[in-house]
Amino acid sequence: MNVAAPADEAGMAAVIRDAYAAREPLLVRGAGTKSAMLRPVQAAHTLITRNLSGITLYSPGELVFSASAGTGFSAIETTLEAAGQHMIAEPPDFSRLLGATGEQTLGGIVATNFSGPRRIAAGAVRDHVLGVRAVNGIGETIHSGGRVLKNVTGLDLCKLLAGSHGTLAVLTEITFKVLPAPEDSCSVVLRGLEPPAAVAALAAAMGSPFGVSGAAHLPPSAAARLGGSQSLTLARIEDFTASVAYRGEKLCTALRDFGRVEIWPAAASRPAWASIRDAHVLPADPNHAVWRVSVRPSRGPGILAAAHDAGAVGYLDWAGGLAMLVGPAAEKLHIAITDAVLRAGGMWLVLRTPAAWRASAAMVPPEAPALAAITRRVKAALDPAGILNPGRMFAEV
Amino acid sequence: MIALPPPKPDVMVRRAPIVAGLRGLVSGDGVIADALRLKPYETDALAIYRQPPLAVVLPETTEQVAAVLRFCQAHGVRVVPRGAGTSLSGGALPLEDAVVLGLMRLNAILDVDFADRCATVQAGVTNLAITDAVADRGFFYAPDPSSQLACMIGGNVNMNSGGAHCLKYGVTANNLLGLRVVTIDGDIFDIGGAHLDAAGYDWLGLITGSEGMLVVVTEVTVRILRAAEGTRAMLAGFRSNAIAGACVADVIASGIIPVALEFMDRPAIHACEAFAGAGYPLDAAAMLIIEVEGAPAEQDFLCARLAEICRRFDPISLRVASTPEESAAIWKGRKGAFGAVGRISPDYFCMDGVIPTGRLSETLDRIGEMADEAELPVCNIFHAGDGNLHPLIMFDAHDAIKFARAEKLGADILKLCVAMGGCLTGEHGVGIEKRDLMGVQFSAIELDQQRRIKSAFDPDWLLNPAKVFPLQPAS
Repeated sequence: MNVAAPADEAGMAAVIRDAYAAREPLLVRGAGTKSAMLRPVQAAHTLITRNLSGITLYSPGELVFSASAGTGFSAIETTLEAAGQHMIAEPPDFSRLLGATGEQTLGGIVATNFSGPRRIAAGAVRDHVLGVRAVNGIGETIHSGGRVLKNVTGLDLCKLLAGSHGTLAVLTEITFKVLPAPEDSCSVVLRGLEPPAAVAALAAAMGSPFGVSGAAHLPPSAAARLGGSQSLTLARIEDFTASVAYRGEKLCTALRDFGRVEIWPAAASRPAWASIRDAHVLPADPNHAVWRVSVRPSRGPGILAAAHDAGAVGYLDWAGGLAMLVGPAAEKLHIAITDAVLRAGGMWLVLRTPAAWRASAAMVPPEAPALAAITRRVKAALDPAGILNPGRMFAEV
Repeated sequence: MIALPPPKPDVMVRRAPIVAGLRGLVSGDGVIADALRLKPYETDALAIYRQPPLAVVLPETTEQVAAVLRFCQAHGVRVVPRGAGTSLSGGALPLEDAVVLGLMRLNAILDVDFADRCATVQAGVTNLAITDAVADRGFFYAPDPSSQLACMIGGNVNMNSGGAHCLKYGVTANNLLGLRVVTIDGDIFDIGGAHLDAAGYDWLGLITGSEGMLVVVTEVTVRILRAAEGTRAMLAGFRSNAIAGACVADVIASGIIPVALEFMDRPAIHACEAFAGAGYPLDAAAMLIIEVEGAPAEQDFLCARLAEICRRFDPISLRVASTPEESAAIWKGRKGAFGAVGRISPDYFCMDGVIPTGRLSETLDRIGEMADEAELPVCNIFHAGDGNLHPLIMFDAHDAIKFARAEKLGADILKLCVAMGGCLTGEHGVGIEKRDLMGVQFSAIELDQQRRIKSAFDPDWLLNPAKVFPLQPAS
């Protein structure tokens, strides 16, 4: 296999132009920490963005940050932290779950569009992408958006490329909005609730005026990894210290009817939310499959129950709207989960599964025929020869 | 006057059978073809451009929308989707050979779900009606364009509308969960739903802001949010645009993200004060309206910090509201800004460029010089926190020379925004108004890439075809 890892955008475009001319597919990746997810790509050549590295713009007073796609996430986090700011969508690191080593890149974070617990209050990774530079499947360099906070000029290719898993164009540089990191945080915690009561409590928290920025339910198996002996239901508040104290107390009062309420200060709350974000509360077994499910929050408990009855364990984030599930890579379990999602109305994605299954089964729900036709035509509009990560999302795209 | 594509002769000669065909799909007064009744549809909020359409059709269901689109596709008829007609960029300007597809009769609120914090409404429901439907439980729909009393959610989706409060809550795209859409082929399908993350490509993100060029939106599922315990406004007047601009930068750098951070320059202060009598400081060169939210004690804390920052910049006046009535008074002049300018000038263009916030004062200085050169009054009222400028260029459209000068000044201001590192439009859309400036912001290759994506949805370019992209193909 040939591997190309250009260090600049022009080099990236040259590799893609050659591949387009030769009609030879490329496996496109950053650090490869998420290569184990979705479908495997059959390609003779690999194109790595890792060497497109470096922060190209940081203007804290304008809340704007740009970096080349291959820039490692820790360098970005460190730079933001030094200025008291953070990446709004709290992107997760699934390395442990996916059995990956190395450090995810900014390009990988945007190309997969996985968002952390703060998604429910502050939006997804894609919501804060202000601009992108990319090379399409012909080898043409294109940009969309820019470095300003509002922009509706032309079609929004930032959102189209975010979450497209490198199948439409190769991101080379990304500009995103950042915000001041909160001065303080806490979690209001209930113990021992069953999922339906937990999600009702979290709905009450989200429906309160206290600015909840995280809302998760960990059944006993997941709670055990945080040292709990029974289920944990957590609602997070992030703000100035005085506001955190005030809102924490008010939220405790608001949730009193659901059980005995306690407050975890930042020292206990922060690591708990990092574990929830990165799915460290789930077992990581290479023989198991992992599903990520998004439904309307009130349907989360039903998904958890259906998965549990068929042999999986998991937990709920996003006030019930996100279920992370782990279990044997068995068809019976997969059908139980996907059927439950179909009934609830929502989406599922197989985050990890043994190799044999990956190549032969759908890893995301199939699209309706009219939409599938548009998917193929849009793919062709950006990558007419089908050389960028072919088959990664859908078998025929 | 901006160029429109020549009407298709084969469509123009078949006007009568096309109207008859539409009458077979949408009954009663849902098809309009007589000249007098077409009059209200010949323009939108960019009222200096006018063009009566071939006909107007007002379907009442998604299925009727699909039937109309199938019919238009089969007969090669262009379609201009329209909500309330409040576009400031001419997004709903008809073409002579086009059918205007008005969505205002799809005006039902279909579902409100407080537990899952979402509402599903038809495209013709007004922006404010969504908030009105959920306000009794303390909820609201966040994006709040100035036209929110009239503008419809389907139009908001197509233009990705913003508003004064999007600094904290985001624009339309950040507050949507799902859409029901109809393709030009008449296929109906759902994008997203009531859940946060969808599988596959981000169709929701691509369609939002696509200005009616990709699909017709008939239903929208939005997020509804619980409002904070309360809000409070403050006002600070400064001695120059540069000083006010520097104050904006310090506010953002302080770690406080206000809910709104609005900027008005001297001409805007005077126009609004004369109109609304809001008690604005007439001796100030620039003024900020800052809004925070939370419980009273939190408001006290934030306003005290913000006042401390403002004091570093030697304010001419500094007023923190102590009651909701005082907050409303501070907002009163800003909210009446368009009316205020309409009172002192027969016509105005409301521009919508965006610049990096660090370049506020130099951009405003340059706009002032350009306005002086063009001998046209310009006032600036805008969302300072996100750099979204709204220069209002005042002119008399009956004076052809001034009209031409106003058009050129508008274009020059937008080019300046791009040169400053910004963009042509932050929330009004490209529409017809900024169409021929797209080459300033995008290369020929980039415009062709966007056109190919348009073609993937609408191969014959029947949906709002004369908007956004310059008529002359880039290559």
